[in-house]
Amino acid sequence: MTSTQPGTRAAELVLGSGLFGTFAEFVEELRAAGVPVSTTEVLDATEALRHLPLEDREALKLGLAASLVKEEGHWRTFEMLFELFFSLQGRGSGELSALAAGELSAGDGEGMSARELAELAYQALMDGDPELMAALARGAVDRFAGMEPGRPVGGSYYVFKTLRHLEADAMLARLLGAAQEVGGLEGMNLAQDYRARYERMRDEVEAEVRRRLVADRGAKVVARALRRPLPEDVDFMHLGKEELATLQRTVQPLARKLAVHLARKRRHRDEGRLDFRATMRRSLSFGGAPADPRFKAPHRSKPELWVLADISGSVAAFARFTLQLVYALSSQFSRTRAWAFIDGIDEVTDLLKGADDISEAVRSINTQADVIWAEGHSDYGHALADFAQRWGRELTSRTTVLVLGDARNNYHSVQPWAIAEIALRSRHVWWLNPEPRAYWDTGDSVLAQYGAHCSGVSECRNLRQLRHFVEQLP
Amino acid sequence: MTTTGSSGARWENPKAVNEALGGVGYLADEGIAAVVFLADRLGKPVLVEGPAGTGKTQLAKSVAEMTGSRLIRLQCYEGLDESKALYEWNYKKQLLRIQAEQVTQEGETWQELEEDIFSEPFLMPRPLLEAIRATDPVVLLIDEVDRVEVETEALLLEVLSDYQVSVPEMGTVEAAQIPLVFLTSNNTRELSEALKRRCLFLHLDYPSIEREREIVLTKVPDIEESLADQVVRTVKLIRALELKKAPSVSETLDWARTLVLLGVAHLDTATAKSTLNVLLKYRSDIERAAKELVAAEG
Repeated sequence: MTSTQPGTRAAELVLGSGLFGTFAEFVEELRAAGVPVSTTEVLDATEALRHLPLEDREALKLGLAASLVKEEGHWRTFEMLFELFFSLQGRGSGELSALAAGELSAGDGEGMSARELAELAYQALMDGDPELMAALARGAVDRFAGMEPGRPVGGSYYVFKTLRHLEADAMLARLLGAAQEVGGLEGMNLAQDYRARYERMRDEVEAEVRRRLVADRGAKVVARALRRPLPEDVDFMHLGKEELATLQRTVQPLARKLAVHLARKRRHRDEGRLDFRATMRRSLSFGGAPADPRFKAPHRSKPELWVLADISGSVAAFARFTLQLVYALSSQFSRTRAWAFIDGIDEVTDLLKGADDISEAVRSINTQADVIWAEGHSDYGHALADFAQRWGRELTSRTTVLVLGDARNNYHSVQPWAIAEIALRSRHVWWLNPEPRAYWDTGDSVLAQYGAHCSGVSECRNLRQLRHFVEQLP
Repeated sequence: MTTTGSSGARWENPKAVNEALGGVGYLADEGIAAVVFLADRLGKPVLVEGPAGTGKTQLAKSVAEMTGSRLIRLQCYEGLDESKALYEWNYKKQLLRIQAEQVTQEGETWQELEEDIFSEPFLMPRPLLEAIRATDPVVLLIDEVDRVEVETEALLLEVLSDYQVSVPEMGTVEAAQIPLVFLTSNNTRELSEALKRRCLFLHLDYPSIEREREIVLTKVPDIEESLADQVVRTVKLIRALELKKAPSVSETLDWARTLVLLGVAHLDTATAKSTLNVLLKYRSDIERAAKELVAAEG
């Protein structure tokens, strides 16, 4: 498919067909993974390939990245694909350094029990010997992964199997325990080192599994099997533990960008209404003609933001990110308040403010907020009605209300009057739904009945959509 | 890209760049070296992005120093416009010229006069035009490009892709040579696709433990190696916390210097806690970090 595109065809002329073939497939995969790569950038990368020393893989990787990847969040995707197409392909497994190989065989190489191998790995992590760690990772994959040619390509299964045999979790716990014993600052530093080394060994295992898969099935097939959405496209509803951590880190920079955006927007909004008096006075210098109209400086009040978040299991992750974002943005609002609900509703503003980070805040909301009224299944009708009765009178025309939830009401009474009243008393009510639009108003979802009273209802399944929503806020 | 291909081959390979940067006191890593190498070979601008205090501006300065070039700097800010970035007509001088005309009554036609006052002597070049017209080697630094509005970014595009500036009254000024161009961004907003497409991209993050230790050892000459090691590892630990402002490299250096001045040989929790204010600049951050340090003790 790509060979018909102008950028890659030109690349073929420059590179010759061998390297070009790999490079074209690589670019195709990058695009398929969602990284925007333009024709110009492909040409730049081609130029770069001509100048970069091909034997220096690290320089090659970084040089190619400079011309193809223009966003930090896409780096991981790029790196993974680069390894698949340029590093792992055709590399032999027997390239252990003399030293590391020596150590392996010193422990009676082949005959080593799983326990001994694990012990050796533990020592390697303790001492931080990268050569030995890499060699051990390879050896472990060899012994434990049980990879056979022609099997389906599911990399994570083999990684999991290898790590389980090495008793990796116990190993990490033991390392951290050792660090704890040292105690104090030094202990914390050691714990940090051990974690980094452990991650590194994990990566080595992963790389080795991938290398073998690539050797067996080719980079293209493996790349397709390992394809993951970019961080901003990961669905809130299906977050893995690792993805959660990755997303967590992207929220803060995103919030900073949005804050700047909102502040600029507020500053540059159109001028105020005509100041009739000033215009008349000014017109005196033009013989009474209103040649220079004067305007009142617009009244730029920051809105007050109230967030109502459904924190029941199905949408908890979504609520968490949105609350985190809202709190990071709180400087852009004159006041931010938050409520959490399941079938009961409780204000959690203070819990959020008192917490050091969002994880702690979520924990304290889950343990302290009084959000369960009857049975602990979402009941939007009751929660919203309760809210309207208890806090409705505090709403003003400067309040923007944000409701987060899937409007899945578990067939309870809908009570749309509640949201109608909230809408009447506030400036805007926005509803953000983490479900795909196609599922709205199916089953027990009653979004349409609530949405009718809102200023807008938006699908908000990933960070990209969340960002878009905040950007268009008036 | 054939027109720019001839720009230069100052260095043999990325390693040579790395060494040259080291020669002027900038400890680079492989990524930085590879990108600077490519920028020279391909004649493309480099967009350097990353948190504050990771040495983005310093990189441009160091490249200027090691190539023996003049550094021309355009500091961006909200409201930057053509007349501050590209060029401006010296209208006072133009006015004088017209008045002089009336006095001497030389009988020049208006057309001649117009051509005269819109010519070289009346032009005031601003950084971008200055860099384009320079005949000596220059490095152009466009600092904090994320501060200008998206619309203003367009001003830069002609310079960055074609190395030329169009002055309507005079025609197009083309670059005598391709200067090395660095743009820095603190990532406070999304830069336009058009701008990113024209640049090589370099993300500068906080340095690795090994690199930061090297930096500390170079810049704080009196420090013991073991203390330098403790300092950078502790800083890394603190950067991992959720802070308003993570400590930058220069703050690490300040901290290391402070500890040396205090005669500290071994960093323990109490010393670290009492000197945190050198490293962190927000009260809430200091409290957060102190809490973390104490937790380790207990």
